[in-house]
Amino acid sequence: MKQTFSLNNLDCANCAAKIEKAVRKIDGVQNASVSFFAQKLILEADDARWDAIVEEVCRTVQRVDADCTVRR
Amino acid sequence: MNWYQRLSKKHRRTLWRILASAVLLALAQGLRAGGVLPDVWYLTLPVFLIPYLLVGWDVLRRAALNIAHGQLLDENFLMCIATVGALAIAEYPEAVFVMLFYQVGELFQSIAVERSRRSIAALMDIRPDEARVLRGGAETVVSPDEVAVGEIIVIRPGEKVPLDGVVTEGSSELNTLSLTGEAAPRDVSVGEEVISGCVNISGLLHVRVSKPFGESTVAKILELVENSTLVKSRTENAITKFARVYTPAVVACAALLALVPSLVTGDWQRWVYTALIFLVVSCPCALVISVPLSYFGGLGAASKNGILIKGANYLEALVSPDTVAFDKTGTLTQGCFRVTAVRPQGIAADELLTLAAAAEQHSNHPIALSLREAAAAAAAGTPAGAARPVPAPLPSPEAVEELPGLGVRATVGGRQLLVGNARLMESQGLDCPAPEGIGTVVYVAQDGRSLGSILISDQLKPTAKQAVEGLKTCGVRRLVMLTGDRAEAAEAIAGELGLTGYRAGLLPGDKVAETEALLKEKRGTLVFVGDGVNDAPVLARADVGVAMGALGSDAAIEAADVVLMDDNPQGLVRAVRIARRTRTIVWQNIWFALGVKLLFLALSTVGLTNMWAATFADVGVAVLAILNAMRAGQAG
Repeated sequence: MKQTFSLNNLDCANCAAKIEKAVRKIDGVQNASVSFFAQKLILEADDARWDAIVEEVCRTVQRVDADCTVRR
Repeated sequence: MNWYQRLSKKHRRTLWRILASAVLLALAQGLRAGGVLPDVWYLTLPVFLIPYLLVGWDVLRRAALNIAHGQLLDENFLMCIATVGALAIAEYPEAVFVMLFYQVGELFQSIAVERSRRSIAALMDIRPDEARVLRGGAETVVSPDEVAVGEIIVIRPGEKVPLDGVVTEGSSELNTLSLTGEAAPRDVSVGEEVISGCVNISGLLHVRVSKPFGESTVAKILELVENSTLVKSRTENAITKFARVYTPAVVACAALLALVPSLVTGDWQRWVYTALIFLVVSCPCALVISVPLSYFGGLGAASKNGILIKGANYLEALVSPDTVAFDKTGTLTQGCFRVTAVRPQGIAADELLTLAAAAEQHSNHPIALSLREAAAAAAAGTPAGAARPVPAPLPSPEAVEELPGLGVRATVGGRQLLVGNARLMESQGLDCPAPEGIGTVVYVAQDGRSLGSILISDQLKPTAKQAVEGLKTCGVRRLVMLTGDRAEAAEAIAGELGLTGYRAGLLPGDKVAETEALLKEKRGTLVFVGDGVNDAPVLARADVGVAMGALGSDAAIEAADVVLMDDNPQGLVRAVRIARRTRTIVWQNIWFALGVKLLFLALSTVGLTNMWAATFADVGVAVLAILNAMRAGQAG
């Protein structure tokens, strides 16, 4: 399944790139793309573990950039 | 509104912090220089710590949080090391200055990004907020996605058209500027289609909704524009990768510089100071921000011209188009048939048209439509009071017989009429002179006698020739037309436009095969331009698929990589120009930022610079790169 999330307080382009890289490494994530300008994250991941993956994505975003949060 | 009022609250707060800190720094420096503040560390350090913490507390906080999360080498952390290091070797004003200027750079960057985001938001202005729907005889204001297909909506002058539909009542002019970049208003009246996102200028319209909001033109465009920033250019990806290597490499060099020469020479102060300069220029910000900012601006500039590009990668590919393949009908030609020549034999031209139109009166074939249109125009064009009487409405045909693949046989005014192609005439033993000019020839015969022929052809778009010339000027090597039409027709058009080649008689499937062949021969990007109606597979196969005249055609918006909202092929030339300008700006920034950073790394190792200059240069580069990147957003 594929869904778009808004990111709050995504302030640096480098962080956006780092978030994208980190989210792609999460198990079960097929593809992820972060647009620094649209402040959005498009996530494509396994349906079966969707909720767990989204949880992990939120944690990862916070870990990479402490101020950035995923709006759900 | 002045510039200050346009800043967000967050930006204003940062700005005041920077100003206050700068004043305090100047004050502290003054006190120390004036001898008021004794030069002992336990007095000077706290005095300088006030402006330092005032301006840098959030950087310190983020650095601490990120370290706790295992994120080393993040910009905040590097700035902290650089400034804390400077404090440790008693370079207090430098420490404050580095932090201060880092924040100036960050603030500037943040404002620039916000401005760019706002320009996209302006484009999003086409999003309609509400629709007036007629329910039970009264107007109800609802959200556009609550309106069902088939309902009637009312659009007052000055309002946006919220949904696609057909006018059932009223007439008006529509402003399509935000959709097509075309300033001339478009007239609409009963029976005509209106497209969501236009603005109703003059009259009250009633419109029957033809598509749900989710499938409407405006929703598709918004989705396209929003998603376009998610597709990254190769340059952007390369810079991101480079940044990943650059920062650790510079930090490693800094660590080595702080330790090795110091241990050898014992001059810790000098080499730690040099290492701190390395840290100051270790931030890849100027590069990482300016590349996507430029592409973002380029995409925005294209949108303002009615060119929607689905991602920075396509904008990048459009820089070097090598081969451009065109579909013919609807792309280079207008896609509507008109009578272009009448060659009567022993009869007046108008009469010939009238007879042919009469025989074809009940047909809906495009040829028949164009014959009737021409006959009507000829009738209207006859001056009143002329020698000949004004022709009456078309005589009714009797005993109409359709001859598939040949034409039509009918009795008009008691005489047998044959209207059709050369094969029909030959089968009747009539001579049919070879056609001059390009198009479909319709022959007319009455009671076994030839009355002449009518030439019907599609017409070139007036802008097609300029578009081809423009592309040639841009360095396109091959311009090829792919068409299902006859070779003679294709040759004439190719010759007139100055194309370098054509492939005629192609079935839709053949166009894909031809595109594959062109892909093998190309040296740069292969662009295919079509009207998006039957050429989705070709649009997908080409490096860049361009759909034209897409206003209202969602299939085209879906299949293409680049969508020209109006049907002017010159849009492609404009897209190439925007792509080139964007690329130039991107590379200017890359070389400029890298050059200055490397220069300062080199100067600091030989002791020719100091932290003040390095900070100033680093932030200055970022600011200049951002200003340059924002140039890409100006509509070109």
